[in-house]
Amino acid sequence: MTPNTPIRWRRKDLLGIAELSPEEIGLILDTAESFSEIGERAIKKVPTLRGKTVLNLFFEASTRTRSSFEIAEKRLSADNINFSTSGSALEKGETLIDTALNLQAMAPDLVVIRHAHPGVPHMLARRIDAGVINAGDGAHEHPTQALLDAFTIRRHKGKLAGLKVAIVGDIEHSRVVRSNIHLLRKMGARVSIGGPRTLMPVGMEKMDVEVAYSLEEAIRDADVIMMLRVQLERQGRMAFPSVREYFQLFGLTTARLAAAKDDVIIMHPGPMNRGVEISSEVADGRTSVILEQVTHGVSVRMAILYLLSGVHEETV
Amino acid sequence: MAKLLIHGGRVIDPSQDLDEALDLLIEDGRVARLDGRIKPPKDAETFDASGLVVAPGLIDIHVHLREPGQEYKETVRTGTMAAAAGGFTAVACMANTDPVNDSRSVTEHILLEARRHGFARVYPIGAVSKGLLGEELAEIGEMVRAGVRAISDDGKPVMNAELMRRALLYAQHFGIPVIQHAEDLTLTGAGVMHEGEWSTKLGLPGIPGASEDVMVARDIILSEDTAGRYHVAHLSTARSLDMVRRAKAQGLNVTCEVAPHHLILTDEEVAKSGFSTNTKMKPPLRSAKDRDALLDGLADGAVDCIASDHAPHHADEKDVQFSMAPFGIVGLETTLSLCLDRLVRPGILSLPRLVHLLSTGPARVLGVEGGSLKGGSPADVTVFHPDEAVTLSKAGFRSKGKNTPFDGWTLHGHPVATFLDGRRTLA
Repeated sequence: MTPNTPIRWRRKDLLGIAELSPEEIGLILDTAESFSEIGERAIKKVPTLRGKTVLNLFFEASTRTRSSFEIAEKRLSADNINFSTSGSALEKGETLIDTALNLQAMAPDLVVIRHAHPGVPHMLARRIDAGVINAGDGAHEHPTQALLDAFTIRRHKGKLAGLKVAIVGDIEHSRVVRSNIHLLRKMGARVSIGGPRTLMPVGMEKMDVEVAYSLEEAIRDADVIMMLRVQLERQGRMAFPSVREYFQLFGLTTARLAAAKDDVIIMHPGPMNRGVEISSEVADGRTSVILEQVTHGVSVRMAILYLLSGVHEETV
Repeated sequence: MAKLLIHGGRVIDPSQDLDEALDLLIEDGRVARLDGRIKPPKDAETFDASGLVVAPGLIDIHVHLREPGQEYKETVRTGTMAAAAGGFTAVACMANTDPVNDSRSVTEHILLEARRHGFARVYPIGAVSKGLLGEELAEIGEMVRAGVRAISDDGKPVMNAELMRRALLYAQHFGIPVIQHAEDLTLTGAGVMHEGEWSTKLGLPGIPGASEDVMVARDIILSEDTAGRYHVAHLSTARSLDMVRRAKAQGLNVTCEVAPHHLILTDEEVAKSGFSTNTKMKPPLRSAKDRDALLDGLADGAVDCIASDHAPHHADEKDVQFSMAPFGIVGLETTLSLCLDRLVRPGILSLPRLVHLLSTGPARVLGVEGGSLKGGSPADVTVFHPDEAVTLSKAGFRSKGKNTPFDGWTLHGHPVATFLDGRRTLA
């Protein structure tokens, strides 16, 4: 299938949203629309990437993103190989570069990588011929998440421009927030960032967002609220006294939702900590689109795999 | 009697407030005469310095020679060759070797190697604390007798305030400065770059400016109470510089150095370079505001000298993800060209002021001979071209370390000849 697209995809890699143009973002989202129908078929498979090899390198634990990529690859008929860090050469002292060069020698077409350190996908992209897709690098970027979030918002609001999107929680450790800010600002949405001062990195306002230090202020008149997980495993540095106090100050509850617009939608990139950043009532409530995000994730990743594989160039 | 006449050059000697066309006669490794026109003695070698600047030998008071223990990164031999190639006639080397230079035997080993190869004077800096552990004072007196000219735990700060207070007191017996790598490690945490707009955008853990500032503030207070001689290594923030400036105005015995990379690059470079590990050092590349404040400090005298913090690492160590790479870049073979092109050429510094910051200034901080072409001084002389274009190439470095963010930069001005005791070390 060859979607009708006004511009052509020219990048070898998808490393972040920061470097994308609004047109490129629009192209990915539009392409994802045309792929989403496949997920509704009885036979959820097309031959688009037949003969292409995709390596999934997850150097950091992941359930959602990894499964989503794997399903997207399988639906496109790509051959995929999963590489995990446990028992791998990296544990035997091999450097990341050597691992990458060895994998490169097997001539994959695309490499999907998640790593705990910012910049690792960029380092890899410079060294290998395969297209590199960043599936999350530390607290830097998670471009496919921001794209699936945008896709979900568009489905519900019909647009991105002019909306107010509030993103609340552990801002410091979140790659999701950074990619979302880049994407939403490029597409003309307002972004309001909220969270405790101890989890708000310095210079946040330089990313062209409004910064709020209370939940109510952050979500006031919001069209969309994205709640972020408190990354409890990364809280070695005295960010807040207790989970109980965090929920009192920044947990999203039905009562607090009143500050937002009536037709607000609630999003969460997962995994969720119920009773920490969000109450179950809200997470499972009428306004929640959290599971839809997961569904759309597959379509968006199919679109990205398709665009980066270059098959659209080969077939036209 | 070996004689050398360096003629036709522009002699800049900040120690005598000299900046004029003069000939320099060297006899037996010492400055014999400086004069408008010296007729070459019959038996003298000559060096034509027309169009070149003739200055006191440059001194870098902050380098890591890595020997003993990390000879795969650098040795006294390769490090001093790099010094000569960069126009330096003397370097002071930090104590974070393996074993640590916290004893007479390590000091003597370094000095022996330096004399054996003879590319540059080496002033070893001894450790403040045994093993750099920050617990008890090293045998400072013993090391001074062996040739140590300052003490520092560089690479690490002296975190313990009481130990710092005692070091500032004890060092006064020997008239040597205590050089502090000013960093509060509790504020640095897991930080790998300057905390600010760019660490936020890149998602990298930040090192706040306050990490340096609270240490400098503490140490200045201790220096005041002890009358100790305190020197801030690689000062990198506007606020620390302000505190040093005020301490000086108060008459305290406080000095500081800055590194070329902090004068030229900012934290944005980490993003621009695509996470290049050659933009990772400690202290980190700071904000543009900090950089501008340091430039002001060079001109107004708040900064005493420029020092490279030459920190060679093996290519394999730097060829890893940003967060995992060791801190530091090499500097001996890039400093002079960088300073001429980025400080003098745009008019931030006069040429004499730069020469001061690279020779007379560091000699004073360390209390060593050098930084002067007065009659009778050791004939340590650096001859450089003030504005000829040169392209930096790490492939040609004498240093084993090729870790520099400046590879391929085209700069105006470069060293031409280096003389140590009147003997040429850079051909």
